[in-house]
This record gives sequence, structure tokens and C-alpha cells, in this order.
Amino acid sequence: MTAYRLPQGGEIDRTQPLRFTYDGRQVQGYAGDSYASALLASGETVLGRSFKYRRPRGIFGAGVEEPNIHADIRLKGHVYPNQRVTTEVAQDGAELRACGAAPGARSDRTRFVDLFSRFIPSGFYYKTFMRPNWHLFEPSIRAMAGLGRVDSTQPDALQGEQRNHHCDAVVVGAGPVGIAAALMLAEAGQSVVLCDDGTRAGGSLLSRAAVIDGMEGAAWLAQALDRLAEAGVTLLTRTTAFGVYDHGLIALNQRREGQADLLWRIRPQRIVLAAGAIERPLPFDRNDLPGILSAQAGLTYLRRYALVPGKRLVIAANNDTGEEILRVLRSAGAEATLIDTRKGTTIRSARGRQQVQGVTLSSGESIACDALLVSGGFTPTIHLHAQSGGKLDWDAAKLAFVPRPGTSAVISVGGAAGHFTLAEAFAALPAALGVGHAPQAEPQTYRVAEAWPRPGMKGRVWIDYQHDVTVKDVELAKRENFVSVEHLKRYTTLGMATDQGKTSNLQGLALMGALTGRTIPEVGTTTYRPPFTPVPLASFAGARSGSRMNPVRRLALEPQHRTAGATLGEYGGWLRPVHYGADDSAIQSEAKRARQTVGVYDASPLGKIEVMGRDAAEFVDFVYYNTMSTLKPGRCRYGFMLSEGGIVHDDGVLVRLDGGRFIVSCSSSHVASVHAMLEEWRQDRYPDRQIWIHDATAETATVTVSGPKALAVLKGAGIEAGDLAHMATGWTAIDGHELRVTRVSFTGDRSYELSIRQDLAPILWDRVIAAAKDEGGGAMGIEALMILRAEKGFIVIGKDTDGMTRPMDLGSDAPLRRKKADFLGRRSLTLPEAQRDDRNQLVGLIPADGQGLLPVGAHGIETRAGVKHSIGYVTSSYPGAGVDQPVALGLIERGAQRHGEEITLHHLGETRRARLVSPCFLDPNGERLDA
Amino acid sequence: MQIFSCPFCGPRPETEFHFGGEAGNDRPGGGASVSAADWAAYLHLRDNPKGTAREIWMHTTCLEVFVMERDTLTMRAQPGHALGSHG
Ligand SMILES: [Zn+2]
Repeated sequence: MTAYRLPQGGEIDRTQPLRFTYDGRQVQGYAGDSYASALLASGETVLGRSFKYRRPRGIFGAGVEEPNIHADIRLKGHVYPNQRVTTEVAQDGAELRACGAAPGARSDRTRFVDLFSRFIPSGFYYKTFMRPNWHLFEPSIRAMAGLGRVDSTQPDALQGEQRNHHCDAVVVGAGPVGIAAALMLAEAGQSVVLCDDGTRAGGSLLSRAAVIDGMEGAAWLAQALDRLAEAGVTLLTRTTAFGVYDHGLIALNQRREGQADLLWRIRPQRIVLAAGAIERPLPFDRNDLPGILSAQAGLTYLRRYALVPGKRLVIAANNDTGEEILRVLRSAGAEATLIDTRKGTTIRSARGRQQVQGVTLSSGESIACDALLVSGGFTPTIHLHAQSGGKLDWDAAKLAFVPRPGTSAVISVGGAAGHFTLAEAFAALPAALGVGHAPQAEPQTYRVAEAWPRPGMKGRVWIDYQHDVTVKDVELAKRENFVSVEHLKRYTTLGMATDQGKTSNLQGLALMGALTGRTIPEVGTTTYRPPFTPVPLASFAGARSGSRMNPVRRLALEPQHRTAGATLGEYGGWLRPVHYGADDSAIQSEAKRARQTVGVYDASPLGKIEVMGRDAAEFVDFVYYNTMSTLKPGRCRYGFMLSEGGIVHDDGVLVRLDGGRFIVSCSSSHVASVHAMLEEWRQDRYPDRQIWIHDATAETATVTVSGPKALAVLKGAGIEAGDLAHMATGWTAIDGHELRVTRVSFTGDRSYELSIRQDLAPILWDRVIAAAKDEGGGAMGIEALMILRAEKGFIVIGKDTDGMTRPMDLGSDAPLRRKKADFLGRRSLTLPEAQRDDRNQLVGLIPADGQGLLPVGAHGIETRAGVKHSIGYVTSSYPGAGVDQPVALGLIERGAQRHGEEITLHHLGETRRARLVSPCFLDPNGERLDA
Repeated sequence: MQIFSCPFCGPRPETEFHFGGEAGNDRPGGGASVSAADWAAYLHLRDNPKGTAREIWMHTTCLEVFVMERDTLTMRAQPGHALGSHG
């Protein structure tokens, strides 16, 4: 292909040259060029490699339809992977690298693959799964597969932006029909967003001749753009409406030079689809050679970029647009020949290796050429109509699927509605929109004749350029009975590439129809799904990345913890002290110190959901597995909450402050789900009863003092706790501020939970820490607490339990036998599954091989009848603090009855021996509670 | 993104809501005497209708639990109404 520039014309600014590189080669262009036009003008032909056969490929299109040439663009330190060179505005200093070729498109290492193409038919990839062995092929297939490369060294370089917007109408496509529609709506008083994926508004008027309202196309466009601005229409260029979603949401992605993309979420009253139509290629042997372009693309390069695609051109068309293109090319001084396939002569094959050098016609005649412009008719861009549930009708005269009016919320107009001439499109506008007067255009004709790929075509006839699907592949799919359109797609990968088959789907359907004796509408289309074109993940992520993706909840005492040198980590959504001290060794010393003297920890995230009212007692009886209504005011009781399936959902202590006021202390990570569960049952089962539920977790801070010196610390801090018994609660004060003291223990040692209004927490913390230091103790983090609780066999729900665990598996069966009232999940506990005698039960494990910590997640393995079975797994494992050996908890089959037995554990290829013991490793009689 | 209508707060994006099951799936009374089959049906059997579905939803920001009619084909959702009321 020897493309050349005309000395004048086009949208380029010849006074502003620019340079970029492509696979390392220097390319020159002008401001206003796309990368594609600059590459073509520089004589570049082979710019990419096909996905499967590694065939040399050149530019085919001029816009979003481009199937062949994608590049990773490096510009000003940012990399934009997988960009179509046809849609990107050329920038000085950019570095482009062809996607899917190594080291470059011209010298791709795998170009020999095409020689073996008959050995890699459709479904080759799937067949390697079956035989001989996928692993033989995997490394080379993986290396070849995929397109661009993400620069992982700059993960947050450009953070996407998002905007919510409201307007009366969104018009998709700023060609003549979209502009006319936007004007009609806006001049009737509606607020309108008009978007177009091109660099400027105008659509076909930028490349094709037209007379509208007596004006030349360009003149009409100029005055129409003025009127749009006057009417307050928001015009967004380089903006693709890529998806229509439920309840009328339309999503747009806007490219912005030097900035991240902007994602628009708009819920307009109506969506007008004026996205036009995409030209199809023609089927003939070697129709994928570089130098073969869509005819409309050729016209676009000529009119917008003053670029003639070759010295000797052949145009082949099955419709009226061929004549127009011939005229324009000849008036630009090019040597061009038109083959109108409607007259009986078609192209049989293209000649050339690296680029087209000529064509052989069905008549046997040969024509030399260096560029071939093809038009196989037009396919309306109806994606948004179909995405929103719209149905399609087959228009046999236009050879196109067109939207069936009234079947979707999207109003299709212009080329998208199958109106391929302006006069026809404008005439349909007033009825489609219900407002205004449409412009007038001079009548034109559009006639098209079938030029589908046919069964048995000689040579290699490409249907899907990007995924290398040929006529033979569709024939193979038919032979192997993948004849349904969805099977055809998946078996051959037709239309599954990043271009989603914009130039190829219909030809594939037509061929499958011919092969199976069905019409095209009988074959039908595959489902249209968003996005219309690829959208950067950064746009979807928007600002919700990094620390904003899932913001942590912060403790009132975080400054105090930081001052004390805490290492902070996320636990159940809260940022909490892991330990205080330089490294992990602090964990063990904090735990040991707490066993010997005293440890103080921030327990603020512990749930504090208040349940109040005259009927509160009946309510908590229903939601807890344990009987709670008998709890005396001022007392606490440990219990489980179950799901209706009988699975343990949460555990914790219920505090009864007085007759009608309870506090549900649920696990810190379960507060939201427990709160929602309580509300759901209150509203569903007790709608007319006096029950109020209030989550006070965030407004109350809790500092827990645990250890043999706990009472001394309270005294030292000036907190009068009296002779509060274990599992009792009461009110006291610090500096005149109300303080609730609850004596419960998650460590097995004497413990006091001190709860105070969260803004007063620093007073409490400072006083308690000072007193603890006087007693030889100090602060401890979550990890030390985990050691202490594991030594006592105290579980963490979701860690030491799973989605199968019933309370009986944790050793709690009395409520099921004794409780009178009905409760959540009760009936599930008496089902045969819950009563099986080989259930996994909570058990303690100690290493029987003297090899140190047992790995969490290690499975117990037993061999039965020669087959290995899992008998459960290790859930928690810690070095001891109060005991002199590593301790572990697990859920092991029949574990409660097997104390003393040894089992084998398997973990990541290692085998260990462990002895099953009681889960309580320390102080089984609970003497430390009152020590 | 669908828009659901909480009887308490009005129309809000679907991400603020939590599905609570099919409406009318009443908890069998009778405690331990409920047959295993009835209990299993309550736990597991769903109509999953094509077309109009009556469902329980919770608006997770205000915790209102309500009944909503939703068409599983057209995705159209009627405004929700409070439990026990008739809308
Ligand atoms: Zn609400």
C-alpha cells in the first residue's frame, strides 16, 4: 500500500507536525491525525498480527469498528493498553507497541504459525483440554494469548472519575440524525446530552456529501452546532455510550486528553439511539491482507485526513455507496476502479503476501492494486436497543437486523434504525420523537444485494478478523453440530474478541444459515451485552480504590494506640492494635504479661446493640438459642444466635440492665448483620409489640482490663467496682462520668469491661493504663488476646466455626433439651443432619510430634477402604502463653468423644501428628476468674 | 442499577437494599411438632416465579423491612409497602 497525502484539505494542521514511534519506528503526522491516519500516511502497512494464525494485518477501519490494529500507548509516563489506533488522537512523543505481537508486528516470532493453520482448527483450544495434554500447549498459548500489557509499576497513575447526571434525554451519536434529534428535543425545551465517540461532532457529514435544508453538509453542520450550543445541549465528544442498564440507566465513558476517563451515569427520561451503522467486509480468499480497508474508512481517511489509501485502488461494493466513493476518489486525482458485485462480477481472491497487490475476479480477470476498499453493506449499531431488551426484525431489502419499535426503552433513529439515507432518516424523526420538525435532505437511494460468505468457498475467507474465524471454521462448527448461534459463537470464538464482532457477526450467521438451510432471522443473533467498546477498569473503580475501596472504621482511642507504638491492622472492618512494640515478638510478651499481671485492650468494636421495651425479654428469648428471659437484671449470660437453618450465626454475652433493657454484645465483625437480623425478626414477628432496637456500638468505647491484677488496676484508676460478681454488670463513674462495668471474661482471667461515652474514652484509657503499669502490666493487642482466648477454648465465630456448625457441635446441647420457648433455628436442630453422630465437633489439638505450631487449615486425614477422607481441620493455632506448649482448636469428626486419640494432619504436602484433647487448655475449673 | 422504593425513604439505588426472601413464606408454627418436610419447604423451597414476584427487602440504611412487587422479566419494581400493610 502506497498511501499518500493530498497537499491540502482535511482536518489536519500541516503547520503542526508531530512524531511518535510504533514498535520503535519513527512515524510522522500532523495535529488532527489519528494514529491510524498518521501511520497510513507514513507508508506503514503491517501493523499487527492476527490472534491465532499470526497473519500480518493492517488497518481496516477508521473508528470503533477496527478489528485489527490495537496498540499499547505510552504517553507522558502513562500506559493506555489495548487502544484502537483508529480512535486515538495522535500525540507528539507517544510510544506505541503493537498488541499481541512479540517483539513487534513486522517481526513477530510466531508468524510461522500460519503455516500450520490447518492443524489448529476451531475448538483447537478446547480440544487440547481433552487430548493429548493441555499442559503441552499451555505455555505457548498463554504467551500468545491476550493483548496489551498493563504497566503494573504504576497502579494508581490515573484514577478514574465518575459523575451522576440527570437530564430529559440522552442522544447517542452526533451524526446528522443525532444532531437533528438533539435539536428537536432541546428546542422543545428538553435538557439534552448528546454524545459521540468521535473526536468531533458530525458523523457521516465529516466524510460524506450531503445537502440538508438546502445547505452543503458542512455548512448545515456548522449552523446546527451553533444552535445546539444556544439550546444548551451538553455535547460530549470522545464519549462512548457503552451500556444501557436496568431502570433506564445509561453509562457513558468519556476520554479526556491528559486526564483519566470520566464515567457518566445518567438516568434520562428517554434515550435516543442515533449511533449509525457499521460497514461489513466482503468475503473472498485472503480478504484479510493489509491494504484491504472498509470503503467508508477509505472515504474517512480521504476527507478527514487528506489521505489517499493507495496509488491504484479497487473499490468493491454490493451497494450504492461504491459509486459515491469512486467519484470522490477520482475527483481527488486517484486511479480507481469499481467492482459492483450486484452486476455479477465478484472478487474471487486477493493477491499478495505482506499486503494486497491485486485482485482476481470471478470472471478470471486480474487487476493490480495496492489498496482495496470493500463494502459488504451496513449493519445498524443497535447494541443499546438490544441491551435494554429490545427485539430485532430482519429487513430483507436492507439485509440488516433493525430494531423493532416499541420493544425497548431506547428510541432508535437514523442508520441505527436501518434508515441508510438522510432523507429517510429525517422523515422518520418527528414520529419517533413526538416533537419538532426535522430537517429535509435530498432523496438518495440505497440498494444492496447479498454478498454473504458461502459454503464451500475456495481459499481462506475471513469472517472475524480479530479472532481469525474463517468460512472453514464455521463449516467445521456445522459438521460438529454447533449450529445454534450461541454455540457457533463459543465454538469458533466468532465475535468474542475485543471488537465483539462489529464487522463480522452477521456474516457468520448468514453462513451458518446457508449451511443449515435456515434464513438469517431463523439463525438469530447472540445476546448483546455491555460494554459496546472496552471501558478501562479505572472508570468503573472511580475514586473507590486504595484505602477508599473499603474504608476502615476507626477507634476513638486510635491516637492513644499510635502514641503507644501500636502496629495497627484491620479486624472485621476496624483498624485495631495488632500489638504494641517493634515486632511480632511483642504478641507473646503481651499475652504472658496479661497472664501474670494484667493486660488492657481496646474492645470498643464489640457489638452493643440495645434491645428495649416491655416485650424485649420475649424477643431475646426467640432470637437466642439459650433461655434469656430468666436472666436477672444486672446479670449477663453467654449464648448463641442461630440462623433458621440451625447454624451458629454469632455468639456473645447478653447483658440485662433492667427488666426491659438488654445489651446484645455480638462479635465486632457481626454487628451489622446481627442488627439487621434483629430488626427483620422484630418487624416480621413482633410488629405491634413494644420492642426497640438501637445499635450503640459506635457511640460507646470499651476498655477491658484482664488478669490477676485486674481489680487492683480498677482501684488504682479510681474506679469503684465494688464486689461485682463474675457475669454481672453495674454502673459506676470516673471523674463524674458515667461508666458501665461488666464482669465477663474472654481470657479466662478476672476481667472487667469498662464502657464509656466514646468521646470520654481517652480519660478512661490514660487512667487505666497508668494503673496497669503500676501493677506491672500494660496494653495488649488483638493477637495477644487471641492467644489467651484460644488457651481457654473460647471460639471466634467464622474462624472456629463454619457454615455447618450447630451449637451442639460446640458442646452446647442443654438449651435444645430444656428450653421451653420456640427460638430461631430450633426445628433445624432436630433434623437428622443436625443429629448425625459423626459430625465435626470443637476439639483441642496439641502437636504429638514435638514439631511446634500446627498449621491452621491442616486437614485431619483418615484412610477408609483405601481412600483418604478428611475428618475436619485445624481452625486456630497459637503458641501458648499460660501453658507451655502450642495450642490449637479444630473441628474434627466425633472430636468431643475422641479426647486422647492421635490423628494425622495433612497440610500442603506435609504430614503431622496431633493429639485430640479438651479445647480448654488452661484452668479447666475456672479458678483464675476469681483469682 | 435498579431503583427500589423504600416505604420510609423513597426511591434509592438497589445497592442500599438487601434481599430478604419471598413474601408469604411464613414460618411454620408448632415448634418441635412441625414435620421435617414442612420445615424443609420453609427453609429451602422457593417459587422463583417468572413475572410478578412478591419479595421481602430490607433497606439497609434505615433498616425498614418491606414487601415489594418486582417483575422478574421486565425488571420493573413497584414501590415497597410496609409489612402488614396492604399496598
Ligand atoms: Zn429506607
